[in-house]
Amino acid sequence: MPKNPEIKKVLVIGSGPIIIGQAAEFDYAGTQACRSLKEEGVEVVLLNSNPATIMTDKDIADKVYIEPLTIQVVEALIQKEQPDSVLPTLGGQAGLNLAMELEETGFLKANHVKLIGTTAQTIKKAEDRLEFKETMEKIGEPVAPSMVVETIKDGITFTNTIGYPVVLRPAYTLGGSGGGIAHNEEELIEILGNGLRLSRVGQVLVERCIAGWKEIEYEVMRDGAGNVITVCNMENIDPVGVHTGDSIVVAPSQTLGDKEYQMLRTSALNIITELGITGGCNVQYALHPTSFEYCVIEVNPRVSRSSALASKATGYPIAKVAAKIALGYTLDEIKNAVTGKTYASFEPMLDYCVVKMPRLPFDKFISAKRTLGTQMKATGEVMSICTNFEGALMKAIRSLEQHVDSLLSYDFTSCSDYELEEMLKRVDDRRIWVIAEALRRGVSYGHIYEVTRIDPWFIDKLAILVEMEQSLKAVGKAVEEGEPANTALSKELLTEAKRMEFPDAVMERLTHIPQKEIKNMRRSYGIQAAFKMVDTCAAEFEAKTPYYYSVYDGENEAETTNSRKKILVLGSGPIRIGQGIEFDFCSVHCTWAFRREGYETIIINNNPETVSTDFDIADKLYFEPLTPEDVENIVEQEQPDGAVVQFGGQTAIKLTEALMEMGVPILGTAAEDVDAAEDRERFDQILEQCKIPRPAGATVYTAEEAKAVAQKLGYPVLVRPSYVLGGQGMQIAIHDKDIDEFMGIINQIAQEHPILVDKYIMGKELEVDAICDGNDILIPGIMEHIERTGVHSGDSISVYPAYNITEGNVKTIVDYTKKLARALHVRGMINIQFIVDGEHVYIIEVNPRSSRTVPYISKVTGIPIVPLAAQVICGRTIRELGYEPGLQANADYWAIKMPVFSFEKIRGADINLGPEMKSTGECLGIAKTFNEALYKAFQGAGIKLPKHKNMIITVRDQDKEELVPIARRFEAMGIKIFATKGTARALKEAGVKAIPVRKLEQESPNLLDLVLGHEIDLIIDIPHQGARKSRDGFIIRRNAIETGVTVLTSLDTAAALATSMENQASKLTLIDIASISSN
Amino acid sequence: MKAYLILEDGTVFTGVSIGSTEEVISEIVFNTSMTGYLEVLTDPSYAGQAVVMTYPLIGNYGICHEDMESAKPWPKGYIVRELSRIPSNFRSGDTIWHFLEQNNIPGICKIDTRALTKRLREKGTMNGMITTKEYADLSDPISRIKAYHVKGVVMETTGKETVSLPGNGKRVALLDLGAKGNIARSLQKRGCQVTVYPADTKAETILAAAPDGIMLSNGPGDPAENTTIIEEIRTLYESDVPIFAICLGHQLMALATGAATYKLKYGHRGGNHPVKDLETGRVYISSQNHGYAVDANTLNPSVAAPAFVNVNDGTNEGLTYIGKQIFTVQFHPEACPGPRDSEYLFDRFIKMMGGEQ
Repeated sequence: MPKNPEIKKVLVIGSGPIIIGQAAEFDYAGTQACRSLKEEGVEVVLLNSNPATIMTDKDIADKVYIEPLTIQVVEALIQKEQPDSVLPTLGGQAGLNLAMELEETGFLKANHVKLIGTTAQTIKKAEDRLEFKETMEKIGEPVAPSMVVETIKDGITFTNTIGYPVVLRPAYTLGGSGGGIAHNEEELIEILGNGLRLSRVGQVLVERCIAGWKEIEYEVMRDGAGNVITVCNMENIDPVGVHTGDSIVVAPSQTLGDKEYQMLRTSALNIITELGITGGCNVQYALHPTSFEYCVIEVNPRVSRSSALASKATGYPIAKVAAKIALGYTLDEIKNAVTGKTYASFEPMLDYCVVKMPRLPFDKFISAKRTLGTQMKATGEVMSICTNFEGALMKAIRSLEQHVDSLLSYDFTSCSDYELEEMLKRVDDRRIWVIAEALRRGVSYGHIYEVTRIDPWFIDKLAILVEMEQSLKAVGKAVEEGEPANTALSKELLTEAKRMEFPDAVMERLTHIPQKEIKNMRRSYGIQAAFKMVDTCAAEFEAKTPYYYSVYDGENEAETTNSRKKILVLGSGPIRIGQGIEFDFCSVHCTWAFRREGYETIIINNNPETVSTDFDIADKLYFEPLTPEDVENIVEQEQPDGAVVQFGGQTAIKLTEALMEMGVPILGTAAEDVDAAEDRERFDQILEQCKIPRPAGATVYTAEEAKAVAQKLGYPVLVRPSYVLGGQGMQIAIHDKDIDEFMGIINQIAQEHPILVDKYIMGKELEVDAICDGNDILIPGIMEHIERTGVHSGDSISVYPAYNITEGNVKTIVDYTKKLARALHVRGMINIQFIVDGEHVYIIEVNPRSSRTVPYISKVTGIPIVPLAAQVICGRTIRELGYEPGLQANADYWAIKMPVFSFEKIRGADINLGPEMKSTGECLGIAKTFNEALYKAFQGAGIKLPKHKNMIITVRDQDKEELVPIARRFEAMGIKIFATKGTARALKEAGVKAIPVRKLEQESPNLLDLVLGHEIDLIIDIPHQGARKSRDGFIIRRNAIETGVTVLTSLDTAAALATSMENQASKLTLIDIASISSN
Repeated sequence: MKAYLILEDGTVFTGVSIGSTEEVISEIVFNTSMTGYLEVLTDPSYAGQAVVMTYPLIGNYGICHEDMESAKPWPKGYIVRELSRIPSNFRSGDTIWHFLEQNNIPGICKIDTRALTKRLREKGTMNGMITTKEYADLSDPISRIKAYHVKGVVMETTGKETVSLPGNGKRVALLDLGAKGNIARSLQKRGCQVTVYPADTKAETILAAAPDGIMLSNGPGDPAENTTIIEEIRTLYESDVPIFAICLGHQLMALATGAATYKLKYGHRGGNHPVKDLETGRVYISSQNHGYAVDANTLNPSVAAPAFVNVNDGTNEGLTYIGKQIFTVQFHPEACPGPRDSEYLFDRFIKMMGGEQ
């Protein structure tokens, strides 16, 4: 079936801000789909509120709208742009929900717009619980039997028909409290009785318990003619019970025989056929470990995180093919871009093993519960490829950027056997490390399986790694006893250790043989990394796409190229708080820019969700960990003419020194200058030379030193480790006790660099991104943060252009930027953060690299910052590129970047904003006026107020004066204010009506009852800084977040929200970003 | 113990011996299936060949005896990258290593199977030797390797006696040319009473039993070599009994009616090959295992017409015979291993015999 000629202009809906459960994978899918549509001559209109994405670039779509993802916006956009079709299956759940709503209200029909890629009926069949169950029953596909009961008797009767154990889920209780698993009638009566009492509506869902079954996923595709294929299947190492996004996943499945594999494959194809999906779909199964019994857990009728993973794991571009199918093509008409010979109507065959590991945010949320369950907590993930499972797992571990590089990285040796057993029972992110420790202590596979339900095949693989550790430790012992390294460590053992991807650094720790010597031994034995190709077909056909992974047990097949100059682009690894999708945006644009400059481009990255790891972004893709050893292997293969590190965030910057040692020229700012910006003493010298003030401070190693410095400076002070991301470990200390606590936390991880203690200055925070060609600088614009200093810049609302500073401030900022860029010999990007206190301007931080604000500021100013920086790095000057140096004229728009948090997903995490970054994503509000931009930004972040017109305020004494005018504004909008005693008194004294409420520890009704009553819209809660954190405040904030109440912990944000609410525009103006140009 | 795989072009892969340590010369072919190694091992079509599994981790779920496609493994040798140290599956009754040993099949592991596969893809299917002996001079083994031909394998793999399998439906004569067990099971599942005949059974014997339909099975080797069987199949063609043929059966029917077969460069072996039904335009993912194909250019248009084509390389994947109740396919609707997407062809056969499905 050829392309449908009626489809000429398509609206693609993106997924909005990055939150846990909806991350970069949709930028990857959306970007791929848009390019695929444009390739077919279709005009693409894009809507996404996330400015950090590549899909919102004018290179990707014809018309780009970075607007809130609301019904009003989509309707207005459809009326403005008049597309003939909407493609909603690429924007995750957000896009799908919007499309459903438009279809149901009849808006699409009234405006002659078709849904392509899916139908409303399909979405309903897959998403509506009841319809899904009925559909599955109709085609004989089993789902876990369940029933809602209101009496214990009904519960017993139903359970007798489905068998024990059963899961009990009370309806409408917070975070599933009152639920549990009943293994027998006695437990059933107890838990069910309790659950019925706790449920507000007296209902409990009784469901067959499938926890502990194998969790298997299939990615399937179907075209309009009914042709169906499976792209990939995947097996979760963690059995049913842990969200697949938080599970370690392996592709293809490892422990399924052909009978099981084909049984589920056939089922998946039957399901996609029955649902009538045209495009991609993900089906999740629970498979009983000792029978052929299975249940369909869930179907996602769209591209998903799993489909991004499957695409990267196999080389099959699911989103691209899905877009073509949406246009009417059939699978056998779409070429396989990897082989160039075969077609999309085939099933990829892997001749390697893929391991995906989740990147969990517990390093950012120290108070959060580490346990994993059905609510996803990971912010990102890494993928690795190897010819063996052990190697793939080892590579994945060291890709996590989490200070882990082997199964020894978490030390449980001091736990008693009993404690270890208890930890084994606990399902958390360290489980494989706990299992490794259990194996070291000789716990049997059978017992570990009984406790964890992890298949013995995987346990055996962990055991193989543990045995290798032990063999290497034995070498270490021999070396200690004086045996020469080259006899103690045999060629065979070394070969085997490298086959399973033991890094040289880990081997050094185990064998006490210096890493350098190990490397020399490897050289002399000819043990070196070879590169294999991901070709979709297990070498059956020749492939054209250089998409490589390394192995130590095979011949090298990486093609040697040297016709053009080669540039190595280092990616940014997994998406985590502090290093998000922005850096992928920068890496991809850098790659494209260097390609335009005539370079051969090589990307190294390990994040399967991103655009940068799509096989057709760079000339060559190496899917590898970003550690010095892994990068060196690639450097030896490719012999690049240079590397760019300034676009891959901290991950890439950290590799600078190692690259220099390998003899790879760092293009752009020199490594020593990068270091000068990070090294406290050197940086202070530069500031002194330039006569630029910064908050006073010093570097320390111990808590005692820190306290001495703090005493000298006077509290409050900022405490933070150097060389970190997103202010990790950064805290404001107001007391000696705080310093003890913070230093304790920071030093949990061995620090290679000193800790910084600075005087905390309260003021306005400003930020610039600039390009420097060695002489001139280009500043696209100055951004001002709504929150005052103390809130991490990534968590602040950022306004462009700066709205509240003097001419003098601007001049100083431009002057300082120029001086610093020159002093640091910046060639390329620099990001500087300032504090403005009256006419005084201080430097807080300088990053001689691309920052998270670059994508946003590029888009609103129309200045292609990354490509310009790349050209400057290649030797061009700013003037040559057609720009007048200095601060550019303000754009015609206000653009406000709003942070978005995922607090509701991480139980136990404190949502209080501070110097450590906590947001997972961002959205943009852009408009001709400040107020409309602000309103759009809040809308985009999902803060839609008010519903109930009730709010709670609780602030510290020192904030009370500042609070009054803000509270008055909320009162004027007709919002009823509840406040804790002190706050209420202060408000009343100032003439603002406030109803006092009892504190948490007091009798009901108190603050918590009010929050749980589901009638509060907003809480303004300014907690105490430092270790004097109130436990009560924490409980209130957590409960508020979990019941969907907006909580603001900064008065500045509260004031901004009031402004936004006072100025609710009746009709939003929509701005096509693609039409903004800098000149 | 070290083992070596020596190819006829002089390439030597050094690995570790698995299974038997006997020296063996065979044709070397690769299979890209990611699951179903036991079904591959027990598929009689591999007689005379050593099979390379391109998926690197083999033996993960052990040996589940009920998944065997015939009573024993047929390849002369087995080549893998890594054998799992433990099998893990609730049905597993054995390990591959032991299974190979018990059946006296030599193998080699810990070699770069991808490099080997690429060589076979580039140079075409080659002969090779698996041995634990280290040859200083390769000229002797290579001349022996080159001299090897897969011969007489149909008679080696076919059953020795006629066997009757119970059923209440249509009566099907299954000519066993080295049949996989699931062909008979697929028919039985549809109620058929199946009589399995040895490959050298005379056509008149089969026709004398007055079956409702005849099934020609898969099997090993060069189809053109089976001259006597081809003659008998010609007689079956001339009868009016409905015929369904798979793989070797499909090739023999083409040869019996005047078309030619040819050897593919490196064959199709795996579970991911797309075939297009030329009548409906639908594409199915099929299980395949063949080194030869019917040359569609040699078809007499008044005798047979292409019914299926391979989407990847355009080779013939099935034929319908003009004016006859005969259709044949190159791929394996009986799956095992591989996708079951074309299982409906058995239903079509039942219908052709006048049955209902």
